Amino acid sequence: MSYLIKGAAVLGGAPTDLILSDGVISEIGSGLSANGAELVDAAGLVALPGLVDLHTHLREPGREDAETVDSGTAAAALGGFTAVHAMANTEPVADTAGVVEQVWRLGREAGHCDVYPVGAVTVGLAGERLAELGAMADSAARVRVFSDDGKCVSDAVLMRRALEYVKAFDGVIAQHAQEPRLTADAQMNEGELSGKLGLAGWPAVAEEAIIARDCLLAAHVGSRLHVCHVSTAGSVEIVRWAKSKGWNVTAEACPHHLLLTDDLAATYDPIYKVNPPLRSSADVEALREGLADGTIDAVATDHAPHPHEDKDCEWAAAAFGMLGLETALSIVQETMVDPGLLDWAGVADRMSYAPARIGRVHDHGRPLEVGQPANVVLYDPSVRRAVDPTVSASLSRNSPYAGMELPGQVVATFLRGRATVLDGKLQ
Amino acid sequence: MKRHLLSAADLTRDDAELVLTTADEMRSLADRPIKKLPALRGRTVVNLFFEDSTRTRISFEAAAKRLSADVINFAAKGSSLSKGESLKDTALTLEAMGADAVVVRHGSSGAPHRLAHSGWVRSSVVNAGDGTHEHPTQALLDAFTMWKHLGESRPGGLEGRRVAIVGDVLHSRVARSNALLLRTLGAEVTLVAPPTLLPVGVESWPVETSYDLDAVIPKADAVMMLRVQRERMQGGFFPTPREYSRRYGLDARRMATLQDHTIVMHPGPMVRGMEITADVADSARSVIVEQVTNGVAVRMAVLYLLLGGSEPAVGGEE
Repeated sequence: MSYLIKGAAVLGGAPTDLILSDGVISEIGSGLSANGAELVDAAGLVALPGLVDLHTHLREPGREDAETVDSGTAAAALGGFTAVHAMANTEPVADTAGVVEQVWRLGREAGHCDVYPVGAVTVGLAGERLAELGAMADSAARVRVFSDDGKCVSDAVLMRRALEYVKAFDGVIAQHAQEPRLTADAQMNEGELSGKLGLAGWPAVAEEAIIARDCLLAAHVGSRLHVCHVSTAGSVEIVRWAKSKGWNVTAEACPHHLLLTDDLAATYDPIYKVNPPLRSSADVEALREGLADGTIDAVATDHAPHPHEDKDCEWAAAAFGMLGLETALSIVQETMVDPGLLDWAGVADRMSYAPARIGRVHDHGRPLEVGQPANVVLYDPSVRRAVDPTVSASLSRNSPYAGMELPGQVVATFLRGRATVLDGKLQ
Repeated sequence: MKRHLLSAADLTRDDAELVLTTADEMRSLADRPIKKLPALRGRTVVNLFFEDSTRTRISFEAAAKRLSADVINFAAKGSSLSKGESLKDTALTLEAMGADAVVVRHGSSGAPHRLAHSGWVRSSVVNAGDGTHEHPTQALLDAFTMWKHLGESRPGGLEGRRVAIVGDVLHSRVARSNALLLRTLGAEVTLVAPPTLLPVGVESWPVETSYDLDAVIPKADAVMMLRVQRERMQGGFFPTPREYSRRYGLDARRMATLQDHTIVMHPGPMVRGMEITADVADSARSVIVEQVTNGVAVRMAVLYLLLGGSEPAVGGEE
């Protein structure tokens, strides 16, 4: 199957035609003819490299009531992603070659996008001893990103050893930065509002202290650190400082932290409960600025599906997390592109090139050039739509954007030249 | 008044004063031979208590019964998670039984708010204490007690009266509700606590704060001591219970520095010897037992006003 994409604005540039055949971009130019290829009218659409998510919870194995590899990757394709990194906090935990290979194989069978399993840093995410990182790296899943996400590798010695150990196979430790003692029972951003609402605070310093420590550790042992879901202005400052030293530190920010603020907790509706929590508008501003200037390398969704009953309850009893795959690009447009902080080339970098580079995913995050793998997303930035979680491909419905009007719509996604989404519909 | 009482902030000054004057009428009932009114006959009040609190529950129960309401006590001990039944399912059960008002005590901040705003129940929701958030009827009974002693006989009521609230403000729903309500009524509130027991962001509250009890209490018209829960004593918020008592406890020496008219309050249950000594608790200044009595009258007023008593509650003889 081959496709002739007519009149797409590649990275927002002048309209041009692309031919996708045999899994690669075979031709780029104007006035290309079909020669049997299926025509895709892309007038008014922006063409971007297939998006890469560094932070996705697919929930399988273990919580197939919330999400499966099949449903989660379908949501990813609809959001314009051609590759996702599946977090390790499944049941059982992805801390052995067996589990990561299972997730990787389920991704291949589903076929909606490539699934790169993240391996746990420690056995059972317990923070006590290293999992068999080498076995996961050498497995068919070829793991390069290791994370105890959901929990922080808080023990300094263990974190040091993990950073050192993964140097042997060019791995990276993706840290969920949360000092556990400072965040016992934490429910929301610690500030004026947490005191008024009587919800236990999650102070910014609990994130920033770990990031500072880990930057210093990464520098000391000469390894690679990636910071998950940076949520505070102070964290952005620390990462900026570490980068200024030339240290090998990268960071991601989540769409919800670019858009939503902690005042939503005043509703006591746990649809807004997430970890790290929604922060202040000053933090949101700092994240946008950091993403614009490259201090924050990547946007990552932290797509976290939960069944209805885990959100339809009192705040403290509810699960942390929110859906993100199908709305990520729209939120980046709303918060970064439309205000002029980032152009489409910048979006391609933060949502495709950079995350692929951090995850050492070689077939994704490639420029839209002849001969490159045909991983392409076509996006219509001109439409506005009200978010309706009931039509999501995810098995869960915990979107904080329900009813909110957001710009843009993914029209088509191609994975190695095969349409996974066409006319906005899953193929 | 609004349909629910979830926070002391739900009350305007007019609302709060209406509760106080209605409570005063209710309290006068205590002097009558028959202490019962027909005002809520045929209405059902459910006491939904997810936390043990015998004193608050029986106070609400007595209040509802004196208004002739049918009372159902629903003790769902423990968190909804450990019990297995969710707050939502409990609420749906109560709704099916036809509750007119649900009085809810819950360990999670915001649980009454969820109950009122999630479409699970149609009845009025009264917050009887939620987590470390609020306890508005406690604040009303405290305000009523202060008003009887310090406000009733002067224009402006509690306007300009100085109230010191002392102790574990961080974890206290009583302190939050009192700070809001007393401010609404025009009183000046000073929260006194070690810095570890004041919430982050307290600067934005409509109150003064102090770390120094001795500097504050000579100017106070009312001193409200908060309970220090046993689990906090081990939590590292202060070095030892003895040091806490020395710096923030109310004893006879400190009591001697109070003005003659100043009253001493405590929401109970007290930890005698910790935040308050026995001789202070049992002194003539102490209105602690009166607070309990007033609690019934204030809760009668709240239930009566929320359940839409349009007729005067205390009318002629029936």
